[in-house]
Amino acid sequence: MGVSISLNINGEARSLDNVEPRLLLVDLIREELGLTGTNIGCDTSQCGACTVHMDGLAVKSCTVLAVQADGSDVVTIEGMAEDGQLTAMQQAFWDEHGLQCGYCTPGMIMAGVKLVEGNPDISDEEIRHGLEGNICRCTGYQNIVKAMKVAAQAAA
Amino acid sequence: MYPPNFNYVRAGSVAEALSLIASEDDAKFLAGGHSLVPAMKLRLDAPGTLIDIGRIDDLRGISYGSGDENDCIGPLTTHSTIASSNLAAALVEAAGGIGDPQVRNRGTIGGNIAHADPASDLPTVLTALGATIRVENPSSARNIEAASFFTGLFETSLEENELITVIAVPREGAGTGSAYAKLFNPASRYAVVGACASVTVNNGVVSRARVAVGGLTPMATRCGSVEAALEGRSTDAINGASAQVASDVGDDILEDIHASAEYRLGVIPVYVERALQAACARAAG
Repeated sequence: MGVSISLNINGEARSLDNVEPRLLLVDLIREELGLTGTNIGCDTSQCGACTVHMDGLAVKSCTVLAVQADGSDVVTIEGMAEDGQLTAMQQAFWDEHGLQCGYCTPGMIMAGVKLVEGNPDISDEEIRHGLEGNICRCTGYQNIVKAMKVAAQAAA
Repeated sequence: MYPPNFNYVRAGSVAEALSLIASEDDAKFLAGGHSLVPAMKLRLDAPGTLIDIGRIDDLRGISYGSGDENDCIGPLTTHSTIASSNLAAALVEAAGGIGDPQVRNRGTIGGNIAHADPASDLPTVLTALGATIRVENPSSARNIEAASFFTGLFETSLEENELITVIAVPREGAGTGSAYAKLFNPASRYAVVGACASVTVNNGVVSRARVAVGGLTPMATRCGSVEAALEGRSTDAINGASAQVASDVGDDILEDIHASAEYRLGVIPVYVERALQAACARAAG
């Protein structure tokens, strides 16, 4: 039995009918809305590749049912850059080479934006602690941490 | 992965949630979904109906007591809200160490204790702090002491049609302090072992000690021997008292890929001691 839901995705109001209650938010985003920037990594709420913003909070969209997001504001990586202009966090990942394969990057950026918000002088330790829920298996975090520090300053 | 199929209904109020749980077959409440949804994805649970209580605002938030009154926490209050609250120090500390920021943004205290994972932090903390859990069914309500709420591995004394409506936690007055210390699994942040202490200290003497451990036992366990070995003594007795924990935890010690029973028993006194030291330091100042 499907459910009708509406949500605001990257600033655009969308309504969907006949949503299966068991549909995960990440599958709604990828399969129904076609926004494939959000990745599925571990699918067990540990790796953070599927991190999106829901009503202003970073959440793991593999562990949220789409029906729970009904009425919410959801922002994905596609909602970050405006008019082709990268955000400070995206630019810092580019400049500091905060990625190798790039699979974790959308989740890192979505988590990072919330992590540094209102904290321009964030320390390495705070960043590493705040990234407990995001796993990268190739850069070794050095440049990710560096990028987040640069982005924190740039956003201030 | 996707969960097995289920019927989905949304409750707009506590009364509606209670009426739905009484009328639906094989139903469970859905709060933040950060224990239930992963369990369903792994096919460890397959309720026929999920009653979504996540939008009932009456069940969310903290109301601070004054004087001797308890602080009252709504079951939908998230771990991140608790981690930045003025609740008892051990609870704030434990909530801030659950999972990661994204998990803490969605996971709720009510869902956590209803799930009653033996490796979870909050059951241990609520047991040591002497919290009271208020539950309601369609016709009545009752209060359950945390120590009798947790009854076994993933088991609680919640009856089928009951909903947690309040978690009441004593306020920490002058001379009282609490702390939580855990050895965590680096991937999940779940407690391999965890210890919580709540103490009252007068002139360097521990007049009241409440200690509970988790992670190594099927459910959070009060440590009467540790408490007895410390009460009436100075904080110098913490090290010796912590060693008493072995006689409090029984023979049913959990064992899994993360740690053997022997290892858990070996390491738990260290965490009891750390929790007691930190709690006494907070009580002093």
